[in-house]
Amino acid sequence: MGFIVETLELTKQFGRFVALDHLNISLEEGGIFALLGPNGAGKTTAIKLLTTLLVPTSGDALIDGISIVKHPFKVRRLIGYVPQMISVDGTLTGYENLLLFAKLYDIPSKEAKRRVLESLEFMNLTDHARKAVKTYSGGMIRRLEIAQSMLHRPKVLFLDEPTTGLDPIGVKAVWQHILELKQQFSTTILLTTHVMEEADKLADHVAFLSRGKLAAIGTPKELKSSLKKENVTMEDVFIQYAQESAENERDFHEAARERKTTSRLG
Amino acid sequence: MIRFLKKTFVITELEVRKIFHDPTEIFTRAVQPALWLLIFGQVFQRMHPMSGNMRYIDFMTPGILAQSVLFIAIFYGIGIIWERDLGLTHKFLVTPTPRAALVLGKALSAGLRSVPVMIIIYLLAFLLNVKLNWSPLSIFTVLLIVILGSVLFSTFSLIIACLVKTRERFMGIGQLLTMPLFFASNAIYPIDVMPHWLQVLSRLNPLTYMVNALRICMLNTEPPVNLVYNIGILIVVSAVMIMIGGVLYKRVIV
Repeated sequence: MGFIVETLELTKQFGRFVALDHLNISLEEGGIFALLGPNGAGKTTAIKLLTTLLVPTSGDALIDGISIVKHPFKVRRLIGYVPQMISVDGTLTGYENLLLFAKLYDIPSKEAKRRVLESLEFMNLTDHARKAVKTYSGGMIRRLEIAQSMLHRPKVLFLDEPTTGLDPIGVKAVWQHILELKQQFSTTILLTTHVMEEADKLADHVAFLSRGKLAAIGTPKELKSSLKKENVTMEDVFIQYAQESAENERDFHEAARERKTTSRLG
Repeated sequence: MIRFLKKTFVITELEVRKIFHDPTEIFTRAVQPALWLLIFGQVFQRMHPMSGNMRYIDFMTPGILAQSVLFIAIFYGIGIIWERDLGLTHKFLVTPTPRAALVLGKALSAGLRSVPVMIIIYLLAFLLNVKLNWSPLSIFTVLLIVILGSVLFSTFSLIIACLVKTRERFMGIGQLLTMPLFFASNAIYPIDVMPHWLQVLSRLNPLTYMVNALRICMLNTEPPVNLVYNIGILIVVSAVMIMIGGVLYKRVIV
C-alpha cells in the first residue's frame, strides 16, 4: 500500500530565501490532510510545487507514484486544484465555466455534460447554472470552483484556504461538501487553512509548517494530547508549533492577496 | 496533434463566449481607425501625393487596418496580467493543457476581436469611395491576414506581460512600443520615402509585411502570388512567438 502523495526532501528557494526546506510528508489515499502554519510558512509554496505550478529547487514529490519533476503533464491529469483566489470567470455562466473546463481534460462531450449537470446538482447550484458567475455569492463561487476541480475525478484535490472570506453559512456549506466529496469519490484532499476549527473538524491528519520546515505532524487528537494540558484546542497547538516569521515581504503579498480574495468573495 | 488543436479551440471558445457576454469593448476600440481614416486621410489627400500614382486615401486604408489590428492586439497582455491577479491563470496551468495550446487559443480569440474593426474600416472605405478590391476572395484573404496579424501581435503582447508581470510596467512598455512599431513601417508612407535607417527598421518590422499583404489583397498593387512571401513571414514569426509564449507563459505567475 503506497502513499498517494509523497514528498522527498522537497525544497524551494527564491534567491536566498528558502520557502520550503526539505519537506518529507506522506499522505494515505482517501484521507483529508490539513497543512497549517502562519503566513510565510511555506503552505502555498508547498501546494504550488505539488500542483506543478512551481518547479522544486531540489527534491521531488510523487503523486500516485508519478514524479512532479519528471512527468508534470501526467501529474496534472490526476490532480484538482482550487486556488485561494477566484479561479472561475465572472462573465461566463456557471454551466459554461464547468463545461469548457471539462473539455480541457479530454472528457467526451456527452459524459462531460452529464458530469457538469450532476456536479451542479451536488453543489446545489442548478438554479443558478445559467446565470453569470459575477452574480453568485462568495459561497456559491467556492462551491462552483470545487465542482469544477472535481469534474475529471482527480485522485488528489488541493484546496488552498477554501473558506477564506466566506460567511458562516458559506463555510458550513463548503465543509459539508468537502466531506461528501471524500465519501462519494474517495478523493484524497490536501487543504491549507488558518481556521483551526476547520482542521479539527475535517482533517484526518494535520501538519504544521513553520519557516518552511515541518514543525509537527499527526492526527488532531495526537497533536492536542502532545501538549499535555487540559482542555487543549487546535489554537493552542498552533501557538505551540508555529513561529511568526515576519522577516520577509512575502507576508505582505500574502496578506494583500488574502484581503483581495476576501473582498471579492464577501 | 488533434488533441492539441481541440484544446486550443476550447480556450478560444472560452474567450469568445466572454466577448459575447460583454461586447461593448469591441466597439469602443473600433473608433480610433475611423478617426484616422476620416481626418488624417482627408488632410493628406490634399498634400503632395507621396503614394505615387495611387490616391493617398487608397494607399493608407490597408495601413490603417493594420495599425488598428496592432493597437488592439498590443494591449492584449493586460488581460493576461489581469487573469493572473484573479487566479484564472493558475487554474489553467494545472490542467493537462499544453502551454502552447493555451497561448494559441488566446491568440486566436484576439484575432476574432479584430473582426469588428475590419468591418468598420470596410464600411468607412465604402462611404469614402476608397477604391478597394471588393471581391469575396479578397475580403476573405484580408480576414485571414487580419487574424494572423492579431495572433502575432497579441502573442508578442503576452510575452511582454509574462516578462514584466505587473500592470504598471506593462502599460509603460506598451506605450513605448506601439508608436515605433507603427511609424517604422509602411503603414502610412511608402518605404522609398523613408531615410535609409528607417527602411532597415521597417524591413525588420512584422507590421510592414502585414501591410504589404493587405495592400496586395485590397488594392491589387502586385500579383497575388507575391502574397505568399509576406504571409509566409507572418506565419513564421507567429509560430516562433507562440513557441516562446508557451515557454514563458508560466512565468507570469511567479
